[in-house]
Amino acid sequence: MEQTLTTTMTVNGSQVTRAIPARQHLVDFLREELGLTGSHIGCEHGVCGACTIRVNGEVVRGCLMLAVQANGCRVDTIEGLSDSKELERLQKAFHEKNALQCGFCTPGMLMAAQDLVRARKKATREEIRAHISGNYCRCTGYQAIVDAIDEVING
Amino acid sequence: MKAPSFAYAKPRTLAEAFELIERPGAKILAGGQSLIPTLNMRLSAPELLVDITGLAGLSNIEAKNGAVRIGALCTHAMVERSPEVREHLPLLAEAMPHIAHPAIRNRGTLGGSLALADPAAELPACAVALDAVLIIASRKGERRVRAVEFFKGLFETDLKQGEILVGAEFPKAEKSAFVELTRRHGDYAIVGLAAVTKQRERRISLFGFADRPVLIRPGSLEEAKGSLPKPAADLYHSSATKLHLAKVLLERAWNRL
Ligand SMILES: Cc1cc2nc3c(=O)[nH]c(=O)nc-3n(C[C@H](O)[C@H](O)[C@H](O)COP(=O)(O)OP(=O)(O)OC[C@H]3O[C@@H](n4cnc5c(N)ncnc54)[C@H](O)[C@@H]3O)c2cc1C
Ligand code: FES
Ligand code: FES
Repeated sequence: MEQTLTTTMTVNGSQVTRAIPARQHLVDFLREELGLTGSHIGCEHGVCGACTIRVNGEVVRGCLMLAVQANGCRVDTIEGLSDSKELERLQKAFHEKNALQCGFCTPGMLMAAQDLVRARKKATREEIRAHISGNYCRCTGYQAIVDAIDEVING
Repeated sequence: MKAPSFAYAKPRTLAEAFELIERPGAKILAGGQSLIPTLNMRLSAPELLVDITGLAGLSNIEAKNGAVRIGALCTHAMVERSPEVREHLPLLAEAMPHIAHPAIRNRGTLGGSLALADPAAELPACAVALDAVLIIASRKGERRVRAVEFFKGLFETDLKQGEILVGAEFPKAEKSAFVELTRRHGDYAIVGLAAVTKQRERRISLFGFADRPVLIRPGSLEEAKGSLPKPAADLYHSSATKLHLAKVLLERAWNRL
């Protein structure tokens, strides 16, 4: 018999309580149970960054955290940060600089980029690259992504 | 892929944790940044995951008596940001940004990294160079093991079933150097080197080189280059390539020691 645990978390500001199977990772829970399909699943072993979300204010790999481990936590996804307009400047810059093609990596890329935008008043292109080094993009070649983040941070 | 099914428990006290991890098929879960990938890939199938991240008192960083004690549950990000670490253990401060990526450093823990003993990982090599003492607890009490004796082989340590690594004490070392070669920032090292100078002795620990960190204590750069054992090849790099790269790193680091 599969063990489920009653788990309560605050997702994008709303409290949710569900019985969650122990083995379900957090992004599967967000996508399958809550219908929040903005967080993507690429590799499921921590390599690609498509699943990047925020837990208690810090970016994490959603595929490397069990949903039951989020009990009592605040979880913020691309949907929440878009609705609150926190990502407005980055989204606009990504659009204008052509920093996405297929868009698969984009939610994770925006979450990782916003982590740097929040933390820093200035950042070199090297530092921007280091910060998004854990996020794969199969389309753009990264140049335009770095341009977009550079513009938002350094003006 | 999806993880196989398992049970999950999150103990509140060490006593509860010991009882749980002694059960057959139990496995400790800390940051999950190495364990959960293996579950998702079905390379590991524990019956019970014991999540130790709720245990109190294992996430402190404290400088005292010539050493810095770091709790096992400190995340890589906490160590990276710590003023005590920056002041007394510049080697660790320099090494941390090389471990994976920010989102992984926010969850991966010091204890998990040492307990995993990946031969290409930064922290085990730093622990060996600094001559750290690892603190291990079980129902029977606490024991202390020097890093050189803790790492036994490929993903193999001195930890036994029923034991939890609770922290490590790193003797202060002001003079140090850390260099590593990777294909991409944040990857595991092709070859790396963590080194300190203490009482004029140089302690150099190589990783991504053998089945565990290799410690040399050379008097000169020539002696250092000559004393390297034959490295183990990996999927992409032959033994000869690794030996050459290790010598390059020794040259880069030497003048800083
Ligand atoms: C894409 C990617 C890249 C990475 N790159 C690097 C890198 O470049 N360098 C690097 O060093 N690491 C890297 N890591 C691994 C990361 O640093 C992990 O955080 C670390 O190896 C394990 O720590 P954890 O807390 O996540 O442990 P977990 O994954 O929870 O556990 C790992 C193992 O240790 C055991 N364990 C954990 N804590 C304890 C304890 N206190 N006592 C006894 N046993 C314990 C567990 O049972 C398990 O067997 C990477 C990970 C990913 C996903
Ligand atoms: S799906 Fe989580 S890192 Fe790739
Ligand atoms: S835009 Fe296609 S993966 Fe990045």
